[in-house]
Amino acid sequence: MITKLTGGRVYDPANSINNEVKDIYIRDGKIIKNPDEQFDKEIDVRGKVVMAGAIDMHTHIGGGKVNIARTMLPEDHAADVVARTELMRSGCGHAAPSTLTAGYRYAEMGYTAGFEPAILPVNARQAHMEMADTPIIDKGGYVMLGSDDFLLRMMTSNGDQEAINNYVGWTMTHSQAIGVKVVNPGGINAFKFNQRRLDLDEKNKFYGVTPRDILLRLATAVKELGVPHPLHVHGCNLGVAGNLEMTIDTMQGINGLPMHMTHIQFHSYGTEGDFKFSSGSAQIAEAVNKHKNITVDVGQILFGQTVTASGDTMRQYDAHPHAHPNKWVCMDIECDAGCGVLPFKYKDQSYVNALQWMIGLETFLMIDDPWRVFLTTDHPNGAPFTSYPHLIRLLMDKTFRNDVLSTLHPEAQKASHLASLDREYSLYEIAIMTRAGAAKLVGLADRGTLSIGSAADITVYTDDADREKMFSKPDYVFKDGTMVVKDGEIIEVTWGTTHVVKPEFDVNIEKALKPYFDRYHTQKMGNFKISDDEIVDDGRGSLTIQPLHAGGKI
Amino acid sequence: MTEMTEAGIWQEVPSPFCGIASDDLTIKVEGNTLSILENGDAITKKGFETPLGDLSPRIKGEEVSLDKAVNHIADLLRDSKQPLIGGMATDVNGARSIMALADKSRATIDNMDSAAGMRNTLVLQDTGWMVTTLTEVRNRVDVLVIVGTDLEVSFPRFFERMVWNKESMFGQDIESREVIYLGTSPSGDASTSPKGKKAHVIACDNEDLPEVVSVLRALISGKQIQATQVAGIEVKVLADLAQKLKEARYSVVTWSAASLDIKHAEVTIQTICEFVKDLNVDTRSNGLPLGGKDGGITVNQVSAWQSGYPVRSNFNRGYPDYDPYLSETSRMLENDEVDTFIWVSSFDVDRTPPKSNATTVVLGRSGMKFEQEPEVFIPVGVPGIDHAGRAFRTDGVVSVPLQKLRDSGLPSTFDVLTAVEQAL
Repeated sequence: MITKLTGGRVYDPANSINNEVKDIYIRDGKIIKNPDEQFDKEIDVRGKVVMAGAIDMHTHIGGGKVNIARTMLPEDHAADVVARTELMRSGCGHAAPSTLTAGYRYAEMGYTAGFEPAILPVNARQAHMEMADTPIIDKGGYVMLGSDDFLLRMMTSNGDQEAINNYVGWTMTHSQAIGVKVVNPGGINAFKFNQRRLDLDEKNKFYGVTPRDILLRLATAVKELGVPHPLHVHGCNLGVAGNLEMTIDTMQGINGLPMHMTHIQFHSYGTEGDFKFSSGSAQIAEAVNKHKNITVDVGQILFGQTVTASGDTMRQYDAHPHAHPNKWVCMDIECDAGCGVLPFKYKDQSYVNALQWMIGLETFLMIDDPWRVFLTTDHPNGAPFTSYPHLIRLLMDKTFRNDVLSTLHPEAQKASHLASLDREYSLYEIAIMTRAGAAKLVGLADRGTLSIGSAADITVYTDDADREKMFSKPDYVFKDGTMVVKDGEIIEVTWGTTHVVKPEFDVNIEKALKPYFDRYHTQKMGNFKISDDEIVDDGRGSLTIQPLHAGGKI
Repeated sequence: MTEMTEAGIWQEVPSPFCGIASDDLTIKVEGNTLSILENGDAITKKGFETPLGDLSPRIKGEEVSLDKAVNHIADLLRDSKQPLIGGMATDVNGARSIMALADKSRATIDNMDSAAGMRNTLVLQDTGWMVTTLTEVRNRVDVLVIVGTDLEVSFPRFFERMVWNKESMFGQDIESREVIYLGTSPSGDASTSPKGKKAHVIACDNEDLPEVVSVLRALISGKQIQATQVAGIEVKVLADLAQKLKEARYSVVTWSAASLDIKHAEVTIQTICEFVKDLNVDTRSNGLPLGGKDGGITVNQVSAWQSGYPVRSNFNRGYPDYDPYLSETSRMLENDEVDTFIWVSSFDVDRTPPKSNATTVVLGRSGMKFEQEPEVFIPVGVPGIDHAGRAFRTDGVVSVPLQKLRDSGLPSTFDVLTAVEQAL
């Protein structure tokens, strides 16, 4: 069957198409070229805004820490329970939504993919099982390395880069990942040895390696393996006043290797002013503008109750006095990583929280290249993903932004030059950040674009000056060619694929790994591995292997 | 991974029968008979070697086809005003099918060991905790405190695998590890070190633990205690323990909530978790809640990700509703609130449904015997023996892949309940 979307205003930055009236044809889940006006169904989208389905490149939607957050927050769910319908399962929303509700709500906003950024290798099976229960959207994840003892042991014994590449490739393959994440490089490990802070050049007291060494090793491995997604970095000293210099040092110190610095807002703090807490967004934006190898996502905070779920035990432990309500979890995990979960309420009358809000927006507005900055709230850490339409309005509507700004903590207003920033994001730029750029960054060859041959993940909006309204409720969402949303409501439930890469590596790395598992671990190496069949599961899941970059060293 | 290395011999088989999920078992399969060749213990022996019994479903004691049994369950649910799916001893996919069916039939869900599980869950939901996992314990623990639990009975290989392992990744002298019991004394010698160092026992009645751990917490926080004795224990002894924990570099305090079958168990666990947090101001210390047999951790995980809530929740109003008091199996059955009671127990033939006036459906391990024949009985496969699956370990982090070891033809809990859901 061929479906024609007639006369929409198309925004497809992957093909430099900016508000051009074009028809789109869909067959067998793909976008096809004009079949000489032979089609079975026509949908009139004249005057409407047509984009590829949106992609959330950093959202905590599956895995152990998310499930701890769900379990510990019954009071948060109770305010947002979702009843079963003929079509949809029941569930709950807000800060730590159920997998089912998360999938529906993403689709209702025009999102067709989300990527879990912190998959612990030993917990990858759970992350994939949760994502398998997340309907409609595609998913995938970045596997966390950098505090795992195997890597640190290799580094201490001066393992050569090729051996590290093999280990990274092996881990990605057997945890079914599309990228590699590092969280507080080496810091989660150092916390187990009772270190409470780890600066970029500070040594882990057992291994003697520094965060800078770890970043270089992993960024090199990712590049040499040909993995399209650059090393995904949650840097040192998250949330610490004065961390901005270390963030810039991290960018400079990576020697031009591709690196994605995530939730950069939390790493952009100075120490000026009476509160000893100031905005570093200008310096950060300047550094990002200068270093073309760097990409960032913002991790915008928005006001209200949420929960922070992070692999960064060191920083989460330090932040525990701020838990709201006052309950929190920190966990050391399997000589592999850790996690910390803290409920948190961002308050507009808090100087620090108000300034965090301003720093995030300043960062968006001062980074010149929309291909290198991505729209995230680090769901749920800065705010739940359901606040994206509101965030888009803040970026696209200066008057609205300044109206909100004027209600915030007055001292924070004085400490920010946000009011003087005139930039308003265009629809084309939003399409870059949430579609074409995100697909390119994650390494999705067939998504985020309306090119001929791409997957027919398409969102159609009614243009509305109120951008929050516009982006809350698309007219249509197509997932792999199936209309799943009409007038902002789910009309069909499908199950997306899991995107992975399969880098090449020398399987002889198992000669070192097998005895390591046997001697020190409580699980066998073979049982650690997640087979392709497990992703397919009972037939609802599927695996999509994305291409590697050419020119990998191995 | 689990694999058949020669005809009928399987290596690296994980056990879904106790929460530590050892995955180094060697198992011989001859027809439908399994025997553990290596690394077995009392719990895994019963788990893997219990012989296969009846293979046919029954309605009111009469053998019927699976289809007929499935349709009968669907009929019962269609007419049910208050269904309860209890037991929930199953794997991940079994739990998924329970969730789907409960959602559709507006049932209540509860796990057979939730009385124990809730003691931990309520602490997590009230104040949280700092906890660790088995591999960290194996490599890092220097002082292990076991509260109110005769560990080797429920987790026979815990000491062998996590405490008296041959070596630590960090060069620790394994023999230097200290094991201290608080409350219950150990029944055997598993906690004795390879060179014969016995565990230190600070014995008291478990009923007195709320008081004892409160005093221990006070001492860790540097508070003055006027009393010289608490529950027969010299305060000095507790002060020494507090000092030892403060000086330890990576102490672990463990308990099995099932063993803390005392009044104020939650407060006891909470007090432990709070003194662990206090210790972390200066050094590292972690809790280690042990549990997870009969799918206890698995079903809470699946329930939490699919509905937001752990078990003891219900779908009576069309959406998930969590109520640890109202949605509790024995209370509901005793008050005759349940008309259709589905009991899922796929691991252990001895875990039969509690008696009740409700019309009872059992999806049970083949060979299960009943005092009172249920309305419907469907023998189902054991995850990790009769069909593939996945089960969570006690720490809720690691889940082990379970393989099919024999071809008994028994359906899985997922197969049966998915068919019921579709028939509804």
